[in-house]
Amino acid sequence: MSEPSAVEERPSHLQHHFVDSDQQFDSAKMGMWVFLVTEILFFGGLFAAYIVYRSWYPELFLMASTELDTFWGAVNTAVLIGSSLTVAMAIRSAQLNQIKGLIINLWITISLAFVFMVIKYFEYIHKFEKGIFPGEYYTYEGIAHEKANIFFSIYYMMTGLHGIHVIIGIGLMIWLVVKAKKGVFSSKYYTPVEITGLYWHLVDVIWIFLFPLLYLID
Amino acid sequence: MPTSETPKSIRKLQVKRFKPEEYPKKHYLNSETGIWNWMTTVDHKKIGLMYLASVAIFFLVGGLLALLIRTELLTPARTFIDADVYNQVFTLHGAIMIFFFLIPSVPAALGNFILPLQLGAKDVAFPRLNLASFYIYTIGAIFTLIAIFTGGVDTGWTFYTPYSAQTGGNVLMMTLGIFILGFSSILTGVNFIVTIHKMRAPGLTWNKLPLNLWALYATSLIQVLATPVLAITVLLLSMERVLGIGIFDPALGGDPVLYQHFFWFYSHPAVYIMIVPGFGIISEVISTFSRKTIFGYWAIALSSLAIAFIGFLVWGHHMFTAGQSSLANMVFSFLTFLVGIPTGIKIFNWLATMYKGSIDMKAPMLYAMVFLFLFTIGGFTGIMLGSLAVDIHLHDTYYVVAHFHYVMMGGMVMAFFAGLHYWWPKMFGKMYNELWARVACVLVFIGFNMTFLPQFVMGSQGMPRRYFNYIDQFQPFHQLSTLGAYTMFVGFLIMAAYLIHSLVKGKEAPANPWGSRALEWQTTSPAPLHNFDHTPVIINGSYDYHKPMSEFQLGIADSHHDPLDEHHGDQPVDIQTETTA
Repeated sequence: MSEPSAVEERPSHLQHHFVDSDQQFDSAKMGMWVFLVTEILFFGGLFAAYIVYRSWYPELFLMASTELDTFWGAVNTAVLIGSSLTVAMAIRSAQLNQIKGLIINLWITISLAFVFMVIKYFEYIHKFEKGIFPGEYYTYEGIAHEKANIFFSIYYMMTGLHGIHVIIGIGLMIWLVVKAKKGVFSSKYYTPVEITGLYWHLVDVIWIFLFPLLYLID
Repeated sequence: MPTSETPKSIRKLQVKRFKPEEYPKKHYLNSETGIWNWMTTVDHKKIGLMYLASVAIFFLVGGLLALLIRTELLTPARTFIDADVYNQVFTLHGAIMIFFFLIPSVPAALGNFILPLQLGAKDVAFPRLNLASFYIYTIGAIFTLIAIFTGGVDTGWTFYTPYSAQTGGNVLMMTLGIFILGFSSILTGVNFIVTIHKMRAPGLTWNKLPLNLWALYATSLIQVLATPVLAITVLLLSMERVLGIGIFDPALGGDPVLYQHFFWFYSHPAVYIMIVPGFGIISEVISTFSRKTIFGYWAIALSSLAIAFIGFLVWGHHMFTAGQSSLANMVFSFLTFLVGIPTGIKIFNWLATMYKGSIDMKAPMLYAMVFLFLFTIGGFTGIMLGSLAVDIHLHDTYYVVAHFHYVMMGGMVMAFFAGLHYWWPKMFGKMYNELWARVACVLVFIGFNMTFLPQFVMGSQGMPRRYFNYIDQFQPFHQLSTLGAYTMFVGFLIMAAYLIHSLVKGKEAPANPWGSRALEWQTTSPAPLHNFDHTPVIINGSYDYHKPMSEFQLGIADSHHDPLDEHHGDQPVDIQTETTA
């Protein structure tokens, strides 16, 4: 039983109620994983609605999905997967104490997220011009099915909610950049980078499900 | 200071034993005072008290609304309010009691206060999220208030489509309020799960975890898994009203029954969010006041998880008459019966705990007894409603109303009061008047049965729920029910009076007024700002009533901050303990 040589300095990032940095890091990471489970159930409701209506109107889903632009959908998929790579590289940079690399990788991720949103914006505008609005405002005549609106209601809800998650992700990463520039992060403390990365991967994974379910079924 | 790592998961701790200071001068209530400090506090105990004050207010509001309903129902026709006002009143009564009182009552109010204390932690894992959850709850409440004063809501607390998509009033505001409220519930759930996993004190292994924490753990799992589905449901309903997306609108190809599936996929598990933490409190109270080791520790612990699991598979029993396939009905009916098994296991284990115990009928125990009596009735009538043929007859009658009040009020609210009386000395360091506490409890018990027993009879004779008018033959039942409601109200007023009196003039509470073996009673009353002056080491189980009280001084691992010799403990002893990570 050796006495602690001196009272150890508690690092500044360590909150008062944790014993050590490891406990704080593990808790934060676990908290994020549990939160991601809630996100999956949140989107799960929409996926359930999708399953129900697709089994009711299978032919409608095939017809309506031709209205979606597979090319730009595929581009967006590539953009998001790329951003997942750069966010992973950002975490790696933080682990290696390369703060400059961390900031650069975060900026690349943010720009890719913007590219995604811009493409999404043009996709939406293009549909609005045709009169493809959700639900009762739907006026497009190009699909020979009287319930065509229901596909687009689901489309707008799913991609819209996903878009909101992308915007939140952009906000989080800008916040990370600000903190990184202040010198908060180092290889000893990069918890927020790690858990934002986890969140960003989930946003990516949801899109990877949305893309084939909405764009590729025809 | 934990030292020398002996073989892997075992580590040696040097432990001193200390007695908690009696009647401390400095504790969490008188350090960091002032409005601003309270508003921005991240201390779980203060956040718990702020939640407690909020749920108390909502309980009062919801209760007054209930009295309005009961008063209106004194006569078969209009008594003093109009039918559409009546519809708004019962909607608000349900929504407020469920979303603003029952769901946060035990987890967010009592749970927040007691969970880190029972874990031997300084706080929950994410104190700032904890505070955020309180403010999110407040914002949700503000939205609901706006909804009430800008048109009201008359859909019933279930917001069934298509009516809720078309009716006037401010359904949108109300559903947004509940959407926001859901986040507060999710944050509490995430916080509790992580805290229980990561913040247990040295020596507090899973098989020593207090049953209250097993119950809160199961509850948090349900909160985390079910609440997001409610969120998407009310979001879709809001979009239905704003954009007319038509997912629940048959005219646009949607399906209103899908709404019911979504809604009950959350709201049935939500029933267990409300009741399971109550089970946790009852386990603590019964063991403490029977002076006996809890009987069937693992059976009680795992049955909480079993209820959480099965609770996700039974939502269809709310829709037996909504046109489900008869196969689905049979499956849901069967699964509903299964819930009775873990629940029964709990009841029998509690009874076995009391058997040959030296039972002390203090107020918390009295409430626990009321719980056992009323909850058993509520549970059995639930099994009846779960059987298909009976449910067709009883669906949407007062029988259902009586059933869920026996479970929710007779079960959960009584458990909440058991917990409130049990932990009151720890919260405020004051004792309440025991005699008046018992009087209030008996009054509430009598009033409760007077209110809801007649409703079983009415319901089985065909009195439909939510109706403004009724036929004359039901009048005596309704009048008895109303009289009972007022009796209960008197009981609650007495309770409010002696609790407030205890805050002002109550006797100071010792650290462990009940002679409990549980960890939260081994620190001072009220607790210090960071719960324990030293990191506690858990040597004995919290139900070890076969060991003498003198062994229940807190084991303390020397912490960084304190000079080693300041306190006069016994000689340090070495104990071996599993690591908690």
